[in-house]
Amino acid sequence: MEMYILLGFVLLLSIFLGLELIAKVPSTLHTPLMSGANAISGIALVGALMLSAEGDTQNFLAFGAILFASINVFGGYLVTNRMLSMFKKK
Amino acid sequence: MELFTNISAIQNLVYIGSSVLFILGIKMLGKEATAVRGNYLSALAMFSAVAITCLSLEIDYKIIVAGVLLGGLIGSIIAIKVKMTAIPEMVALFNGFGGLATFLIAWSQFNAPDNSLFQHALIMLTVYIGGITFSGSLVAYGKLSERLKLGKGSWITNILISFFYLSLPALVYVIFEPSISTVLPAVPSYFLFFLALTMLAGLGFVTPIGGGDMPVVISLLNSLSGIAAAFAGLLLLNNVLIVAGSLVGASGLILTVIMAKAMNRTIGNVLFVGYASATQSTGSVEQGEVKPISADDAYLILENASSVLIVPGYGMAVAQAQHVVRELGELLEENGTDVKYGIHPVAGRMPGHMNVLLAEANVSYDLLAEPDDVNPVMGSIDVAIVIGANDVVNPSATEEEGSPIYGMPIIEVHNAKTVFVLKRSMSSGFAGVQNPLFFRENTRMLFGDAKESIGLVVSEFKD
Repeated sequence: MEMYILLGFVLLLSIFLGLELIAKVPSTLHTPLMSGANAISGIALVGALMLSAEGDTQNFLAFGAILFASINVFGGYLVTNRMLSMFKKK
Repeated sequence: MELFTNISAIQNLVYIGSSVLFILGIKMLGKEATAVRGNYLSALAMFSAVAITCLSLEIDYKIIVAGVLLGGLIGSIIAIKVKMTAIPEMVALFNGFGGLATFLIAWSQFNAPDNSLFQHALIMLTVYIGGITFSGSLVAYGKLSERLKLGKGSWITNILISFFYLSLPALVYVIFEPSISTVLPAVPSYFLFFLALTMLAGLGFVTPIGGGDMPVVISLLNSLSGIAAAFAGLLLLNNVLIVAGSLVGASGLILTVIMAKAMNRTIGNVLFVGYASATQSTGSVEQGEVKPISADDAYLILENASSVLIVPGYGMAVAQAQHVVRELGELLEENGTDVKYGIHPVAGRMPGHMNVLLAEANVSYDLLAEPDDVNPVMGSIDVAIVIGANDVVNPSATEEEGSPIYGMPIIEVHNAKTVFVLKRSMSSGFAGVQNPLFFRENTRMLFGDAKESIGLVVSEFKD
């Protein structure tokens, strides 16, 4: 249980940190920020890699999680990069 | 030397490093000058976290290689092929896949033996948030790409909504199931029912919400996918998941609040009420003479204008008019006119939608201005050109107290000397409110497809 309290602490602090970091974002960057954050939520890939693999069901679930998280990661970063490369000051 | 042979210690150190990189990355993503590097940093963080996790695996590496390669290929192809006008639905789709991944992670953890009561509760919450994110994002995808026409009031929508409300007590039940089943007879395979119900609940959550409210929904789903990842991190006792997930949750939440504020509505009103029930008081039905104008006359006025403000809306995205708009802007500048673009935060279907479209068309971002910048100087602007925007330029928001959109911050184009409104017809905007701007003394309506109309003006300029 102590472990969870500690990790819950990390969770809360990270949320506050996130709120502080992004409080003032120019509206030009709203879409890239959203899409960049979306790519970061693909961190679920790390979780998917940690899953156990006993039996067909577990292997199937792990494969699905890895597959969809990978789509999220690759697609998210590439689209964000493509979008940002269009923002230019002339 | 023991430290260096202990994989989990090294892993945790790398996770801390990745967390720091994620934090720096998302911070840099919030500033124009550093955004590109911020994205690279966060990709580096992702890579190192994934790579170090691969040092200790239970799953067969073939499954991993297959999953990552296939997923990477699909994701990359979509990301490279997608048109910039289709970005809103693409973001919704990727977001949904992230949610689905956490849903599957929690499912897999449920099958693991010896879950404590707390872990059990956490699994249910993660399943619920991840599942809602997935199916909700699919609906958002369908709505944004205009494949899904279901709206409020259809009987299918009503059934889906009841699944959403049914899912809430079901969530409470499954969280406490281990305790409840010691007293009451257990429900057989309740978990599978819950998985299905969660999916239906996500459909019921988003289906009733209209297209114009999508900026709020899409940011909220983004936030939820982060929170789901953070919960999965608690479940797997993995700190990098917690940190990265929380950052996403927080950034999504901020965007959600910004979007709701820009509509002068609460998040609850957007999600559960919608405009339909707010429109009992239609206020004074302002009627009058609409003054149409031809492209020729519009050209003559623009040629003599010394300052022009272009205000785009969803109509510009629909007509794909961003390139011809940029062309018009450049021709005006060559003619010595001062050109600015007035961008309302909720114009379009996602946060920053107009900015992306104009950036795609090569409009320099320092020409883009926010409502607070342009409203004070509106009186000195010769011509404001409204392209497919409606509610965000509706003067009722500042003048008519009974109006459903009263209090919403708008771009006050009605204070400009002349207003051109490019519009297909006289239909009202998403909020269903008639726009008195069209009947103003200083307003001229240029009816027709925005791309064609501007194209005509542009060709006049070139002659």
